Amino acid sequence: MRDFISINFKIWRQFNDESKGIYKEFRLEKVSVEVSLLEALDQLNEQLITKNIRPITFDHDCREGICGSCGFLINGQPHGPNKGTTTCQLYMRNFKDNALIVLEPWRAESFPIIQDLLVNRNTLDKLIIAGGYFPIETGNAPDANLIPISSEKAFSSFETATCIGCGACVAGCKNASSSLFVAAKLAHLGQLPQGINEKKERSIKMRKQMLIEGFGQCSNNLECEAVCPKEISADWISWMNKI
Amino acid sequence: MSNFINPNLPCGELEGAWQKTVKELTKLASEKKNKFEIIIVGCGLSGSSAAATLAEEGFKIKLLTYHDSPRRAHSVSAQGGINAARSLSEEESKVAIDQLFKDTVIGGDFRAREASCQRLSELSSSIIDQCVAQGVPFAREYDGTLATRRFGGAVVSRTFYARGQTGQQLLFGAYQALMRQINLGKIEIFTKRDLLDLVVVNNVARGVIARNLINGNLETYKAHCVVLATGGYSNVYYLSTNSLKSNASAIWRAHKRGANFANPSFTQIHPTCIPPGDSYQSKLTLMSESLRNDGRIWLPKKINVKDDPENIPEYERDYFLERQYPKYGNLVPRDVASRRAKEICEQGFGIGFGGKGVYLDLQDSIKRDGLHVIKAKYGNLLEMYERIVGEDPTKVPMKIYPAPHYTMGGLWVDYNLMSNIGGLFVLGEANYSVHGANRLGANALLQCLCDGYFISPTTITSWLANNKEIDNKEVDQACKEALSSVEEKIKVLLRIKGDKPVDYFHRRLGEIMISKCGISRNRNDLILAFNEVELLSKDFKSNLKVPDTNSGINVELEKALRLEDFIELSKLMINDAIEREESCGAHFREEYQTKEGEAKRNDDLFSHIAVWEFNYNNNSHTRYSEELTFKKVKLNTRNYK
Repeated sequence: MRDFISINFKIWRQFNDESKGIYKEFRLEKVSVEVSLLEALDQLNEQLITKNIRPITFDHDCREGICGSCGFLINGQPHGPNKGTTTCQLYMRNFKDNALIVLEPWRAESFPIIQDLLVNRNTLDKLIIAGGYFPIETGNAPDANLIPISSEKAFSSFETATCIGCGACVAGCKNASSSLFVAAKLAHLGQLPQGINEKKERSIKMRKQMLIEGFGQCSNNLECEAVCPKEISADWISWMNKI
Repeated sequence: MSNFINPNLPCGELEGAWQKTVKELTKLASEKKNKFEIIIVGCGLSGSSAAATLAEEGFKIKLLTYHDSPRRAHSVSAQGGINAARSLSEEESKVAIDQLFKDTVIGGDFRAREASCQRLSELSSSIIDQCVAQGVPFAREYDGTLATRRFGGAVVSRTFYARGQTGQQLLFGAYQALMRQINLGKIEIFTKRDLLDLVVVNNVARGVIARNLINGNLETYKAHCVVLATGGYSNVYYLSTNSLKSNASAIWRAHKRGANFANPSFTQIHPTCIPPGDSYQSKLTLMSESLRNDGRIWLPKKINVKDDPENIPEYERDYFLERQYPKYGNLVPRDVASRRAKEICEQGFGIGFGGKGVYLDLQDSIKRDGLHVIKAKYGNLLEMYERIVGEDPTKVPMKIYPAPHYTMGGLWVDYNLMSNIGGLFVLGEANYSVHGANRLGANALLQCLCDGYFISPTTITSWLANNKEIDNKEVDQACKEALSSVEEKIKVLLRIKGDKPVDYFHRRLGEIMISKCGISRNRNDLILAFNEVELLSKDFKSNLKVPDTNSGINVELEKALRLEDFIELSKLMINDAIEREESCGAHFREEYQTKEGEAKRNDDLFSHIAVWEFNYNNNSHTRYSEELTFKKVKLNTRNYK
């Protein structure tokens, strides 16, 4: 087994939203195949810092695929080549010795670049703010077992609720549409009996907000489903369109 | 020496004491509430739930977080579930509440207040109601009612869950309630902000200083009171299961402004995590403890075996937990499992990178139940393991090792969740409240939500009703002073211009702390550790290299500011561990153990919460204590043999 490999990186460098970006090349020698791509970038950054070069900016936090902070294009693919895998869960053993890895930020009008691989995804929060919730307030909840929910329905709702809000679906879509993100939230809430009454209203509010925030229209290319690290099905977009 | 520490505990019977307290607390008319501004720092389960609830009640909220969205807070990583004492009849309910209460107190090895544990247990059922009403898709039974499962250290099934992503689903419930209040204009959210100082006027918290992580500007926020919901400090150990940005800065800066710190050395180590595979590894990933139900833990009987595990014959394997604990076997409590693994690896039997790992072998269960049964039970865990390690755990035994996971210690708070600084409320993992010396599995999520949805909104309202007056001139003066002290702190770091990046020092701090103030501790090692941290601190202050810009993004500066606080906190953790001359819960002092190697409490001397005060004038600490009394559960010793 190859324990250590060397990698040629080509990484998008951009100081801020207004400045022009450019690809820069870096070589990282002897990186263990047991570390993740982000850990390889940590290693590269340590070297850059000692050479007085500005380290590469990227977002990350939990590094176990659940917080949704990380994500950029890896050789053109959001979150890289592995199915159902976030950037932070991509390990160096997936790359060959001397491989070229090209990294660039999510490309979407609604996600302005902050620096290098870091983009501003506040627009996703704005979609939720517009109506991604039940209008229930603390202290007014009825008994949790009052309305039975079948285990299948609960699980189906759960599956759509696992969206981590990383934005890969938008980045993978040629129209930069957030349809899968919105559909997942509508399906999470709309499949539950507690949310049945405002189902339509919620859908109108969130879909209107998509246009306000500058997300594109869905044209059924299904790239969103292919790149979703939580493998949420694009069938939910059709489900949403029927509400 | 405990005379000035007043936990404000309710008098009389434990049962129903909280409801009685609520009646006695001062209320505010809802139209008056919008005159008050509250700063909440942190947007995890406790911060988000408190922000949403206080905003619903009419208060004006400013929420600060270093994330770009509240949905990313570390609560999102919690896998297992949330405990709740629920039952159909009132009588059974009382039994369930008593059971959860007892398990929490005993699990914490008698180092938490009974009254707080009782309240946690009494409120637990309404938390589930609240979450379901928000749309949290908990697992259901076939009849449509809520499903539960058993969890470590419990004989009853009372843990509610959403597959292995309960924390995520509960956080999204609170996040959505929060987003609704933003839509209604009641909450103003400030993302990408790091809290760097607390503004205190006449021992009352009136504001914070934060750094905008995008443009580097320092910002002043003023309010009538401040809530810290900033999580735990396991990242002191560098490698832990915590998110990488989780830090102690908010609570540490508050501590240095006068908020007392309780039991800093109480940290929990989780026995089943994926061990490091290389020195550049940045975090340890938790594998649910449930794996110990079907996995047998073993090591080769010979030292330094390099063979692949499948080539080691049965008679050369040491199933050390089954050997030492015939009754409980692989299901001994977290701390016992962790300690035995550490000891045996230190004797040289360990496997994997650096000899820090033991095998968790599913083969016998697969032979017994079939591969499909094991896959159905642990499917997503096994996939996660394979992604990280690159080996199929249904074919090759998994490698696991204990890792720091949770910190019971935190800022001291009274029964109302207020610190000794007036108007400074501390919620969730950031405070020291119900978990004692060892947190019971599935109680973390419960505590956060009780603090945020039910307890703090009531107690904060009452405090505000009685503390309306603000002297704006004094507040402005204090803000100015705090702002310039933060400016100076940053300048000092940027001026060092050494040659080593932040992570170099953080890794070294982690090595010292995990080896000498981690799974087990002894006086000599702790003293050594203290000296090593002192040396490290000097090295840090003279050889740190941070890119020299304070405007715009400077991730290295963010990390350096956090590490500086971790280094100081480490010294307090070590001192606390030295002073507590007993073993209790997760705090295991090798000098104090039974003949069987079990933790030996000393209730005569240490049945108290250690409360550490920072003395600003001479940069030193004083240890006080808050005595604990037990009326409902009898002090006894646990036994798993």
